[in-house]
Amino acid sequence: MPELSYREAVRDAMSQAMRRDPDVFIMGEDIAEMGGSMGVTQGMLAEFGPERVRNTPISEMAIVGAGMGAAIMGMRPIVEIMYEDFLTLGMEQLVNQAAKHRYMSGGQVKVPLTLRTQGGAGWSPGAQHAQQLEAWFCHVPGLKVVFPSTATDVRGLLWSAIFDDNPVVFFEHRTLYPLKDDVPDELEPIPLGKARIHREGDDVSVVATGRLVHESLKAAAEAESEGISVEVVDPRTLQPLDEEALVQSVKKTNRCVVAHEAVTRMGFGAEVAAMLGEQAFDWLDAPVERVGARFTPIPFAPVMEQFVVPHAEDVLQAIRRTVGRG
Amino acid sequence: MDRLRQLYREMLLIRRFEEKVEEQFRAGELPGFLHVAIGQEAVAVGVASAMAEGDVFASTHRAHGHALARGSLPNELMAEMYGKVEGVSSGYGGSMHLYDVARGNLGANAVVGGGLPMMAGAALAFKLRGEPRVAVAYFGDGATSIGTFHEALNLAQLWTLPAVFVCENNHYAESTPSHQQLPITDLTKRAAAFGMRSMTVDGQDVEAVHRAARRALAHARKGKGPVFLLAETHRLVGHYVGDPQVYRPKGEQQELRETQDPLERVRPRLGLTAGELEAIDRDVVRMVEAAVEFARNGTDHRPEDALDNVYA
Repeated sequence: MPELSYREAVRDAMSQAMRRDPDVFIMGEDIAEMGGSMGVTQGMLAEFGPERVRNTPISEMAIVGAGMGAAIMGMRPIVEIMYEDFLTLGMEQLVNQAAKHRYMSGGQVKVPLTLRTQGGAGWSPGAQHAQQLEAWFCHVPGLKVVFPSTATDVRGLLWSAIFDDNPVVFFEHRTLYPLKDDVPDELEPIPLGKARIHREGDDVSVVATGRLVHESLKAAAEAESEGISVEVVDPRTLQPLDEEALVQSVKKTNRCVVAHEAVTRMGFGAEVAAMLGEQAFDWLDAPVERVGARFTPIPFAPVMEQFVVPHAEDVLQAIRRTVGRG
Repeated sequence: MDRLRQLYREMLLIRRFEEKVEEQFRAGELPGFLHVAIGQEAVAVGVASAMAEGDVFASTHRAHGHALARGSLPNELMAEMYGKVEGVSSGYGGSMHLYDVARGNLGANAVVGGGLPMMAGAALAFKLRGEPRVAVAYFGDGATSIGTFHEALNLAQLWTLPAVFVCENNHYAESTPSHQQLPITDLTKRAAAFGMRSMTVDGQDVEAVHRAARRALAHARKGKGPVFLLAETHRLVGHYVGDPQVYRPKGEQQELRETQDPLERVRPRLGLTAGELEAIDRDVVRMVEAAVEFARNGTDHRPEDALDNVYA
């Protein structure tokens, strides 16, 4: 099995899709000669040329909206928003337009648009380049939201996003780009809406996304040394959410921790906790514990940044808290 | 001459259709918001009659005319006003979200400037596939102050996309007159900032609009790049149905109605007798009345139909 980094896996999925389907093309800021601000699209201009690897002006509304227009006309565009913080600039086109044209037209159009973006703390880029905003988009009917945490997952899920007939907002976490994984020889599409159990366990389920999947796996290894058996589940797709997999896991372990890097308040974890309360209340032996960022913008000074976002130790403490209850 | 009479008939159909929906709206028969474009018919008909099979367009909240002019059926449009299954958007859209993809209508848009980037994208798809099609975006003077306008025109010119941007300058952004929302009077300067070719036309003269639109579409279709088509026009009514128009100078509306009605402007050129004109009017009114009947008798949605069409 070949070893690919998360970054290479993203590139591989796009390149394979472009080789197979002439309707797939990519556009975004600095993605051509420069290869993207994170180097994800390096080499793609040389292979596919400037018509299909398009540098855009700094125009997030036009990037999202033009991608959508091309998608409605039958193309399968992949647009890149350089930092997910800049999605705020394209928000109108994504939320009012891309998410709703199919609905408002009574089903006359499809919007097979993939919007890739990246973010996250860890490099001290400060408050406007390190947010985790994925939960916002889960609140909008008409959008799908994907947030993979490994190279294998990102490759298989991006493929599915590209060939999905709906607008998909595809989040990548910046600190995961160098992370390597043995990926299958042939690209295996991973269906949207299917969770992955990274590690089986009996005492507590940790539902984690993005960078926190890896932090949770570290916490689970530590917990094991304390005699606590932890199951780690990555939903991978946040919308549609694989509720069945999460409920099944909690019915087995009877305890749950939800962990993400985004702020805890009003977050994805709150939705998971509510969903489990509705569907697995009788199986829960303790309240669902939430792990996420503190309710502040992301600060610049590394010592403050690391304080604000959660780490393995925070997940471990949450595991201990839930196991410690009655 | 036949062509001009056809254009007149289409404008009259729009006028009678809008008068009727306004009447039905005031009678409390129609849900939602309603914006009519009475006075702007020549722009809709002039541009639509110059478009070719396969061309697409994005419209605005003032969309009935754009849709009718491109061939959407009065029955289906009226059914949409009533929220019926038979409507052009199957009752999911309403007056501000009229679609008819088979006729190139990719959607009326209730966000000012909302449809411009989409047309740049549709034009990009045509260019990438080498298809001789053009994407047309309608918008008003108010939209030239919003970011999507500038980003979409910039992109379209940069990439030499086959798009025509039709600015319907009716001199009011909702209620706000030009001098309170625009630092310039000649809006083609905005297109000039992108190096975009622009044309200005008397939007109350349907023949002039048609000729200008034909040239603009041909330019875009030949791969020479987008065109900004500025149509100077007048809304002879309020922003919305029921608008008291306190913002209009006294006497303005009366004067506009007397001098700027596009139907009156073209009528002397038709070579038709009073009786012939009346016959056309009767015919058009009959179509509109039939559309109301069709819509009233249309199929109501089940409430749970609301759950369909969220995802493909």
